[in-house]
Amino acid sequence: MLQTLKILYHQGKQYIPDLRAAKVPGIFRGRPEISLEKVDETLLAEVCPTNAILTGPVRIDLGRCTFCGECTRLFPHKIKFTTDYRLATNERGGLIIHEGTNSPVRLNNDLVRNEIHKIFSGSLKLRQVSAAGDNSTELELNATGNVNFDIGRYGIEFVASPRHADGIVITGPVSENMAEPLQITYDAVPSPKIIILAGCDAISGGIFEGSPALNRKFIEENHIDLYIPGNPVHPLTFINGVLDLLGITP
Amino acid sequence: MNSLIINNHQTVRVAAIPESDYKSFLEFNTGLIINHPERHCVLYFGYRTDDEIRLIICIADDNEHNIIVSSAVVSEDSILDSFSAKVLAFEKFEREIHENFGIKYTDHPWLKPVRYSASREDKSDTIANYPFYGIDSEELHEVGVGPVHAGIIEPGHFRFVCNGEQVLHLEIQLGYQHRGVENLFLEKKKLIQRTTLAECIAGDSVIGHTSAFAFLLESMGGLPASRELIFSRTLAQELERIAVHTGDLSAICTDIAYQLGSSVLGRLRTPIVNFFQEWCGNRLAKGLVRTGYNPYPFTRYLAERLTTILDAFEPDFIEINNELSRLPSSLSRFERTGMLSYDQLLNIGTVGMSARMNTLVRDIRISHPYGLYSEFNHEPVIKHHGDVYSRVQIRKQEVLQSIAYIRQLLANLPESTGYSEKPLALAPDSFGISLTEGWRGEICHACITDQKGEMKIYKIKDPSFHNWLALALAVRNNEISDFPVSNKSFDLSYCGHDL
Repeated sequence: MLQTLKILYHQGKQYIPDLRAAKVPGIFRGRPEISLEKVDETLLAEVCPTNAILTGPVRIDLGRCTFCGECTRLFPHKIKFTTDYRLATNERGGLIIHEGTNSPVRLNNDLVRNEIHKIFSGSLKLRQVSAAGDNSTELELNATGNVNFDIGRYGIEFVASPRHADGIVITGPVSENMAEPLQITYDAVPSPKIIILAGCDAISGGIFEGSPALNRKFIEENHIDLYIPGNPVHPLTFINGVLDLLGITP
Repeated sequence: MNSLIINNHQTVRVAAIPESDYKSFLEFNTGLIINHPERHCVLYFGYRTDDEIRLIICIADDNEHNIIVSSAVVSEDSILDSFSAKVLAFEKFEREIHENFGIKYTDHPWLKPVRYSASREDKSDTIANYPFYGIDSEELHEVGVGPVHAGIIEPGHFRFVCNGEQVLHLEIQLGYQHRGVENLFLEKKKLIQRTTLAECIAGDSVIGHTSAFAFLLESMGGLPASRELIFSRTLAQELERIAVHTGDLSAICTDIAYQLGSSVLGRLRTPIVNFFQEWCGNRLAKGLVRTGYNPYPFTRYLAERLTTILDAFEPDFIEINNELSRLPSSLSRFERTGMLSYDQLLNIGTVGMSARMNTLVRDIRISHPYGLYSEFNHEPVIKHHGDVYSRVQIRKQEVLQSIAYIRQLLANLPESTGYSEKPLALAPDSFGISLTEGWRGEICHACITDQKGEMKIYKIKDPSFHNWLALALAVRNNEISDFPVSNKSFDLSYCGHDL
């Protein structure tokens, strides 16, 4: 008992008090900013591994971006990654970053279904489905529940059964072999329910886009309530995205 | 029979790999392994050449520190005698060859699909009708778990045959995570695309896989890595080991309902992955390892930061582990749970920490050293019981060992050589192989180029490819309620296996 108390004492304070305003350490690659500098756009688009850089004018699709930093390494004055981790939105088009406009990525509140604020803002239980995810975003989703990030303080948690859940969080590009289990899991969640895509693999297929081993029908045919970019998704990106969706303000 | 002896991270002409008839190929390679625990198969694969299939085997010799390569050519409609009937460790490799090319075996003990790959020979079979082993009995019952599991983990199906609470048999069916990675390596031609793919083979082993990839390409391109690059990769590999082992110890505590251990070890992982972010902008080190150059030089400032972080980490880590090893309630769950004997591990062909848990020394850092490991006088952590407790103790001691290695590395920082990104041209008509020791065990990447130096074949083997069978056998005669803690103590990769 004494030993347990001693260990507890040694931990000090570990939780992040304000998850809305926390600063990330180091050189985190978050929301990119594109300057108006003139560059060879074809060359710029060519450096991206996932065709996330669109040209005429230059834009970056965060749904495809792996945040590898290759573009900023080769075109440091054209593209800069800020440490802004708030990247989630509910519109696919909202993930496109335009050149010369350094506006933050935010949710379109007009598109949030009424029942989401009404039913889920006090408690949201999620079922995670890894559909060929590489276990990196999965690790970060686990981290959202640790004592540092503690997403549970908002009544948000991951549950063991789809029948206990209010929605699913999909990671991975969705393999052919996971297409049916994904559908079965979604069907087992009672309505109303939400779908969240976490990570560039889930949103666009990422580096796996175009592989014959994928089957992305589920993503294409269902309404997506939240897109959360990242490779992997940072715990703060996930938490802030979900809080925005639920309309939970600090 | 002729064979070619090469070193880790070496490239040779494909034509230099001796070819023989299948019968002597089989006898030679099984002969290398039977009664020779110092040798094991690191890679066995096939590829199409015209109408035939060329089979290549790479056997690692831990005493001689080299790799014995040999090959045979067989026709597509072959019915062959299996290696697996003589050496069980080949079973998964032969199943893959069967799945990809339709080659049949006369005496393979378990010829089932491996991962239902998109390029499989027989597409009439789908993952939904996998032929599970069943026992007809009124006393026994089956328990099916997955593919979607209760936690935030990857998918796979576990089918237990139980007698009451006791597990008689477990069959693990994988393939749900198959993304066609090996073929994507050939289709995506840009280096940054291939590097991104390597980082996404298994997101918990980013450094292990990406280093294997980078060392392989540098070897095939004739551009050996500078000391600075080797330093970064060695340091990052040991940091990755600390981060994952710590996170896994936390998850093991969760599985035995030890809340304090789960919380403390869970938060201890945070400063390590956050340090990766300080160094390279990503908590799981994606973006750090690049072929031929180092985008994030390791500075003196970073060295000071890491020293501070490790100094704070170490006492807290030791304190909670001492408590974990002292509590009767954790020991009763760990000891004699999920046990495997040395002979079982050897037969299965287990690698990495899952082999070292019961006296089987499999560690590329000492057997086929690369990076800066030869400078550490590395001594693998070896345990003697092969149970969950051994795997817990290995993780704990390897974390402390890695901290010691990192302190040694930090005492002697290399000069930054800056950007010198030379274009990389792979040697034509060549075969290269690269082994690294990730936190799970040996990772193997191999590549064959055509006459223009384009990639023709890219092969990846995650340690989990060997080790899943070890988990299936470890839980026999255990209570089914002990499965989660056994599973977590191995923590094998689904995506690394399914590719």
